[in-house]
Amino acid sequence: MTKVLIPTGALGLGFDSDALDAGVAAAPDIIAIDGGSTDSGPYYLGTGTSKYSRNTTKSEWRALMVARAQAGVPLVIGTSGTCGADQCVDWMYDITIELAAELGQSLKIARLYSDQSGEVVKQALCENHIKPLHPAPAIDGTVLDDCTGIVALAGVEQIQAALDTGADIILAGRTTDTAIIAALPLARGANAGGAWHGAKIGECGAFCTTDPRSGTIMVDFDETGFSVKPMANGVHCTTQTVSAHMLYENSDPFILYEPGGHLDVTHSHYQQQDVNTVRVSGSQWVTATDYTVKLEGSRIVGFQTVAMSILREQRYIENVDQWVDGIRDSVAERITNNQIAEPEEFDMEFRLIGRDSALGALESPTTPPREIGVMAIVTARSQAMATEIAKMINPYLLHHPLTANEATPTFAFPFSPAEIPRGPLYEFCINHVMVLDDPMDAFRLETTEVHNG
Amino acid sequence: MAKLGAVVEKVRSKNAGPFWLTIDIFCGSAESFNRVDRQLSTGAVAKTLQQDEGSFKRFSMPELNVLKFSVPRPHVQGSRLDRDMHGAQWALLIEEIDLAD
Repeated sequence: MTKVLIPTGALGLGFDSDALDAGVAAAPDIIAIDGGSTDSGPYYLGTGTSKYSRNTTKSEWRALMVARAQAGVPLVIGTSGTCGADQCVDWMYDITIELAAELGQSLKIARLYSDQSGEVVKQALCENHIKPLHPAPAIDGTVLDDCTGIVALAGVEQIQAALDTGADIILAGRTTDTAIIAALPLARGANAGGAWHGAKIGECGAFCTTDPRSGTIMVDFDETGFSVKPMANGVHCTTQTVSAHMLYENSDPFILYEPGGHLDVTHSHYQQQDVNTVRVSGSQWVTATDYTVKLEGSRIVGFQTVAMSILREQRYIENVDQWVDGIRDSVAERITNNQIAEPEEFDMEFRLIGRDSALGALESPTTPPREIGVMAIVTARSQAMATEIAKMINPYLLHHPLTANEATPTFAFPFSPAEIPRGPLYEFCINHVMVLDDPMDAFRLETTEVHNG
Repeated sequence: MAKLGAVVEKVRSKNAGPFWLTIDIFCGSAESFNRVDRQLSTGAVAKTLQQDEGSFKRFSMPELNVLKFSVPRPHVQGSRLDRDMHGAQWALLIEEIDLAD
């Protein structure tokens, strides 16, 4: 029997502190929390930075470090700092060191690093150790050289190696969401299908309960399966809330690929154990021939500057396509005439907020809105070029008339300057797995001890 | 004709990693599920999202009264042409699909 306490779906999302206290009182064997995912986009991996504020992160991590000391069990975070890059592991390490001093805690801390060098991945590509998933963008040496961040997703083996150091706190780089939860139960001989399935159900904390915002849950693993229950008062797990979590952010609700194999829940059995608790058995783990880890990579594909103007006059709203076409043509002509950029060096896009900016061509027309925000997005080879072109668009966004014979109109600019340089545009460019001879081949483990008080 | 959104409890669309979009139709009852499963063709969903029907995976889950579709994202999450980082607005288009009475 191994009990894993999951405080919430991700560090930074918050949790009910009474529920966390109840979890600690229920004597967990480990506390595991996720620190990120790709869901916030390619910028975070591209820059090696966290999406959440340092203050929020530190405040929640403080509560978990206190809980760990009370429970006397290891605390593990996976995918530290949103993207799990080495730099984010070190960011979490700095926060941990500060808190250890403030709380007077002496600790053994393990850091698991997941960054991959472009050279190593290129070598693996040459040796046919990189396999595409579907749909995979084409990758070659140039794409890999362009990446500013590449990580491999660790599985249970790497987390188990970190646990074996005897660390009190494990700060892991990129891991699968499930690995940090499944690692200890599997090391203690829990049923493999049950361990991975329980980890998937628990990975978002209380998302598998009747109140997702309550945060904290406990998953209890054993030789035949697992049971899951919420730690907050008045919250329940039902067979419906638990089994429905297999749908979440999963392209296949029955199969989940992980390092070293896959989980199959086709024949899983969900049973209401008591009013709060659901018991699950019958899940299958299928070991793969090759041990593979998934790769993620982010690269810079250009630089962006945006500018915004708001149309309120009805005639302009009704003829907005003609108005935008007029601006695009005039600016393109000036770019060519003044030799600002070659056509392949830039892109100019106008998104019409209030009409179809979220869905584009998929949107169906409705009656004209009261106002339209025109967001000009310039993507170019350099930041200077993007801003230069946005500055050329500026007078048109402010004054472009629909017809030649009317008095010069003026539209609403919300800002001065109207142009907002956005910096580099990042793109996820790898959807592949890498074959490893040994699970630790692509990962590094470092331990340190800090003494306070 | 009835809009799908009026027949089911909720439609959710979400990224399943940066390269996939997944759509969960929570029907709320066996009656609603049976109707939607019978009347909502994969082709209608594909047409609404302007994607090839053959690129969709379809899962009918009567035990949850859920119908699920997954499709490679039309644009990779966060790339230049992607308009919705988390992919949540596609659900609204699915809710607007007409079902026969």
